[in-house]
Amino acid sequence: MAAKASRVAFGEALLDLGARDERIVTLDADLSKSTMTARFAKACPDRAFNVGIAESNMIGIGAGLALTGRIPFVCSFACFVTGRFETIRMSVAYTNANVKIVGTHSGIAIGEDGYSQMGVEDIACIRALPNIPVIQPADELETKQAVAYAVEHAGPLYLRLTRQSLEPVCPADYRFQLGRWLVLRPGHDVTLVGTGGPLFNCLGAAKLLEADGISAEVINAASIKPLDEELLLGSAGKTGHVVTVEDRSDASASRASASRATRGASTPSTASTPPGSPRASGSS
Amino acid sequence: MSDARLAAIARHCRVQIIRMLTHAGSGHPGGSLSVIDILTTLYFGRMRYDARRPDWPDRDRLVLSKGHCVPALYAVMARAGYFPESDLITLRKLGSPLQGHPDRIALPGIEAATGSLGQGLSISVGLALGLKLSAAPARVYCILGDGETQEGQVWEAAMSAPKLGRPDHPLDNLCVILDYNKIQLDNFVAKIMDLEPVVAKWQAFGWPVLEIDGHDTDQINKALDQAEATRGAPTFVVAHTVKGKGVSFMENDPEWHGKAPKPAEAIRAIREILGIGEAAWDDYLKTDPATRAIVDELAALETK
Repeated sequence: MAAKASRVAFGEALLDLGARDERIVTLDADLSKSTMTARFAKACPDRAFNVGIAESNMIGIGAGLALTGRIPFVCSFACFVTGRFETIRMSVAYTNANVKIVGTHSGIAIGEDGYSQMGVEDIACIRALPNIPVIQPADELETKQAVAYAVEHAGPLYLRLTRQSLEPVCPADYRFQLGRWLVLRPGHDVTLVGTGGPLFNCLGAAKLLEADGISAEVINAASIKPLDEELLLGSAGKTGHVVTVEDRSDASASRASASRATRGASTPSTASTPPGSPRASGSS
Repeated sequence: MSDARLAAIARHCRVQIIRMLTHAGSGHPGGSLSVIDILTTLYFGRMRYDARRPDWPDRDRLVLSKGHCVPALYAVMARAGYFPESDLITLRKLGSPLQGHPDRIALPGIEAATGSLGQGLSISVGLALGLKLSAAPARVYCILGDGETQEGQVWEAAMSAPKLGRPDHPLDNLCVILDYNKIQLDNFVAKIMDLEPVVAKWQAFGWPVLEIDGHDTDQINKALDQAEATRGAPTFVVAHTVKGKGVSFMENDPEWHGKAPKPAEAIRAIREILGIGEAAWDDYLKTDPATRAIVDELAALETK
């Protein structure tokens, strides 16, 4: 497989799954050409709704549609969709409405558009809410499986996608499972936990470390909430050192989760929450 | 004019609102009393539902977007048979399905968790669209508070509802009712952030708008008939109401937006709701054992 942005893989998966499942509908807020739902909208115009630049309304309409048995994908840039936190909190999370929230353009890797378009706080925001798993696939294969999983998952979830192309990292026989991480490369000196875009960089780092005689274990943490605590603790116990690599703001996300999970384990760990950072709340 | 049967149910529900709020020791009487005639008219003659099957797919949906007035909805739901009326005094108690604001997971029959204001109309638009896509015959009723429409999301939804689904699935199965009691938490709406011209605003957003007295069940029914007969667009009903309606010392007083009555105040409120003079009260209670029981229960709270 060639490199492909996870938003592009999402658009392809949606087109494929949506053609076969009448329950699937999409909602966009004038970014369907960027979230890659535009092709689904062309193929299934009766099930694609563009509400204009009104993300809160989009999320709320998604909740209402979900309560009538539809499976709505509400899509925008990660910062814009999760920025409507209060609507997600009440209309989706507390309601446990079967809404699939899709945030594209995550992280600083979007580049030149700058901070206003970067989703870097989204993981921290959504992880604080009840009922919503957080998934970040690392390549085309995993993205397509994650989208298929999102359709089957009974309840809301958050799918975090990239603007930039991602090199394939998962093996051909890989099967995505919520709460399960994958060791992409075994090692015994240090654990590199990556998620999404930076995983490819983790694999590159592992090669550089190998040249220095350091054996790095690389883990794909696609399921950010819930974590795979068993795999994490097992790896941390073996290597004694855990480094997490993510494209998000410092005060959020998996490092805090990983820190919480490894705290109290009998193994030493370099993964700790820095002073002033909020501590992880909840393990799942 | 109000239909006698509906007026009797509304009186009964007003008594239950006062009762449950007094037991809870907190809550929102003013807006619950302003919206109760609307809810009574919807639940007892208008909406299609089965209290024994709250998940019936073709049921009509009611979204109380002004979620803080859920005591009114609980009173109506108990009367409709969703749960026993004796449960009403568990309002706001830890573990009760009758939470201070509606919780759809906790209480079957609640269609949407609301109370974080401004969100119910978007959910209603989604419900209406979903029902249209499934060709379900059900209708969606959404009740907005007046102060609530200061929220921006309301206007996002207002802009979208007359347009979404067209041309094949226009949301003419949606009827939105504004409980325009003119008072919000801090003060009179006009003094905080005036909504006027309300009718012109919603018309400009593409809604057919009706204006009624929200305590006159005949007018409410007529508006709901007209909404149901309207094709191609959702309907907006401006229901002029009185905050605290039915209790003299609560009417039109911002103080009673979010304050529970003390037991003695509650007993006086119940007497006024039932239209009994002070001198005739003791004799009346001898003829009405159900009210007598409620009054005794409230009086016992005073001594606690």
